Amino acid sequence: MENRKLLSGNQAIALGAYEAGVTVGTGYPGTPSTEILESLTSYPGVYTEWSVNEKVAFEVAMGAALSGARTLVTMKHVGLNVAADPLFTASYTGIKGGLVIVNADDPDMHSSQNEQDNRHYAYAAKVPMLEPSDCQEAKDFTLFAYHLSETYDTPVILRTVTRLSHSLGVVIPLDNPARDKKIEGFKRDIRKYVMIPGHARKRHIVVEERMRKLKDEVNTFPLNRIELNDTSIGFITSGIPYTYVKEVFPEASVLKIGVVNPLPEKLIADFCRAVKKVYIVEELDPFFELRIKALGFDVEGKKYYPVTGELSPDSVRKPFEEKPGFSIKPREKGLHTEIPLPPRPPSLCPGCPHREVFKILKKHDLFVTGDIGCYTLGVLPPFTSIDTCVEMGGSIGHVQGIEIATSFKTGTGGKEGNSNTVAVIGDSTFAHSGITGLLNAGYNKRHSLIIVLDNSTTAMTGMQPNPLSGERINGEKTSRLDYRKLGQACGLDDNQIRIVNAYKPAEIEDAVLTLLGSGKLSLLVVQGLCIILKMRRKKTEKNDG
Amino acid sequence: MDKIFNVLMVGVGGQGIIMASDIFALAAMYSGNDVKKSEIHGMSQRGGSVFSHIRFGKKVYSPVISHGEADVLFSLEEMETLRWIGYASETTDIICMKTRINPVMVETYPAGIEEEIRGLSKRVFFVDPVSLIDRIENKKFLNVTLIGLISGFVDFPEESWEKAIKEKVPAGTFEGNRKAFETGKKLFMEEFNDME
Repeated sequence: MENRKLLSGNQAIALGAYEAGVTVGTGYPGTPSTEILESLTSYPGVYTEWSVNEKVAFEVAMGAALSGARTLVTMKHVGLNVAADPLFTASYTGIKGGLVIVNADDPDMHSSQNEQDNRHYAYAAKVPMLEPSDCQEAKDFTLFAYHLSETYDTPVILRTVTRLSHSLGVVIPLDNPARDKKIEGFKRDIRKYVMIPGHARKRHIVVEERMRKLKDEVNTFPLNRIELNDTSIGFITSGIPYTYVKEVFPEASVLKIGVVNPLPEKLIADFCRAVKKVYIVEELDPFFELRIKALGFDVEGKKYYPVTGELSPDSVRKPFEEKPGFSIKPREKGLHTEIPLPPRPPSLCPGCPHREVFKILKKHDLFVTGDIGCYTLGVLPPFTSIDTCVEMGGSIGHVQGIEIATSFKTGTGGKEGNSNTVAVIGDSTFAHSGITGLLNAGYNKRHSLIIVLDNSTTAMTGMQPNPLSGERINGEKTSRLDYRKLGQACGLDDNQIRIVNAYKPAEIEDAVLTLLGSGKLSLLVVQGLCIILKMRRKKTEKNDG
Repeated sequence: MDKIFNVLMVGVGGQGIIMASDIFALAAMYSGNDVKKSEIHGMSQRGGSVFSHIRFGKKVYSPVISHGEADVLFSLEEMETLRWIGYASETTDIICMKTRINPVMVETYPAGIEEEIRGLSKRVFFVDPVSLIDRIENKKFLNVTLIGLISGFVDFPEESWEKAIKEKVPAGTFEGNRKAFETGKKLFMEEFNDME
């Protein structure tokens, strides 16, 4: 009893990694995954880093794993798109020290640009994926994931969702975690680690054998379990939706799936034979449903539940409330008001250093290709000055494509600049994948104006340091990217690079108009420390003395 | 199935909902309960509507409360009380702080909010933050006072509350916060001791 802790799903994953003997943790911040690595940083004997992006994070993690270290790499669902390249081939090379990728999906897009269902990645990359339902399982499944990773020589994905990552629950830690993994260092194994076609063809066969073996053995894993009750109705479910099913249908039979890939086909068959009518309850895509139907079982799922958004106890209950033959726990009638309430949309903080830039962009009625971060909120009133937002680093590519296409429209066929479109991107996003876009612009002789809104931190996800902060994840001082040298190295003239203070609107406006008017590729950096970080530092200074 | 007790705390970003709900959830755990608490952090919280579901009992599955099933709806802002009113029923105790915060770009606060809440529920109690702040040492302790108030609706031992408060409030403020909690408890006795 004494040892119980109240942890978030993210903290529980970090604890599980620590208990598993993880010594290396990497990642890139992304809601709802960010707190995992922050939490892991607080444990002794663990190296952690914010890498510049998810692909690099994956590669650093993989190098560590190939050297025998147990390694954790964390990212949000769209981050796995960035890291997908190494993921698919890491499946072929296998690992040495356990390698677990935490992937945090965001059904309902609380803080994301899409709600892709990353269970598809596990199937496509042919790697196991585990999905916990609560905080205790988040810890236990993480621990198990390392066992699985090393037993089957494969990376393993642990899937969480916003509702689990940001929920708190009771977790019982291990009394004495072993943490005794010996790290033997990197050993040459060319046929396993160098994926030229001749080697990779052989490794692909190994991958298929591994998955075939897992497909049998997964039926005996305790993570998958049948809870047989009333056999007239049953549910196949996993993750957070499992908790909703148990809440709404306490008497029903349930097949709880903990291993999402590969699916426990024998258990599924046993369950579908034992239970008269089986429903599938899963968030987002019909991942289970299609596969279970392909096994030949007459199940229903998306007929009742949407592919979009999160489920809830209410939405899980709803299709059954009027269904004949169902006795379902009655509930209180909720109160209801007809008064229209104004929404509280998110907005740029009052005092955000980058409000001035958006005022200027709006004043001059420019098209603005946008990016991922707090500043995406520049799309909302009173600024309404963001015109695209797709993915990390996208703004810099978009502005180039617009410039090229527009030049065809005006008849110069890709030769001349487009004077009414600019790109805006934050400092962390620029380091993540904006730099390659800038290099592309220099190399291909573009003429665009690229504006970096530098607030010295990754603000949207809660102030994580990045290569423009001069600080590492643990507060240690480090180098800071030099915009001017970088711009020059990418082929920009020195006078096309300006660095201005975010609190000097006249200088910003002059820079925007001059650089845009020059018709040459330009980089404008608008610097102002994030207001939240500024206030936090003031408070710390006050407390310190 | 054993009864699960549901508390929904709502307010606006920056009002301290997360710390208040942390204290409540911890006290529930220290009292021997299974507990789940659910909230969302991220983009939607930049000045937005903030909520925290707390559920405790012998075994809690869903981290989310169903509509109509909150036992207590605790709100730090008037309009937010109405926004989340669907989670309350006629039997829910509604505690609402008399604070009005205009959303961004909204200049006039919607009329008739308090009357609407009173019309919907007989079990609503409005707290005047100004007079309550007069009764405590530091206005920063106000949320702990309100936790003291809602402590009256549950049956946790004193030690559980103290342990939870100690763990969550800044070092050096425990004594002030503990007194603030007592003030809230007293307020509950004054206002609710005639309720069944």
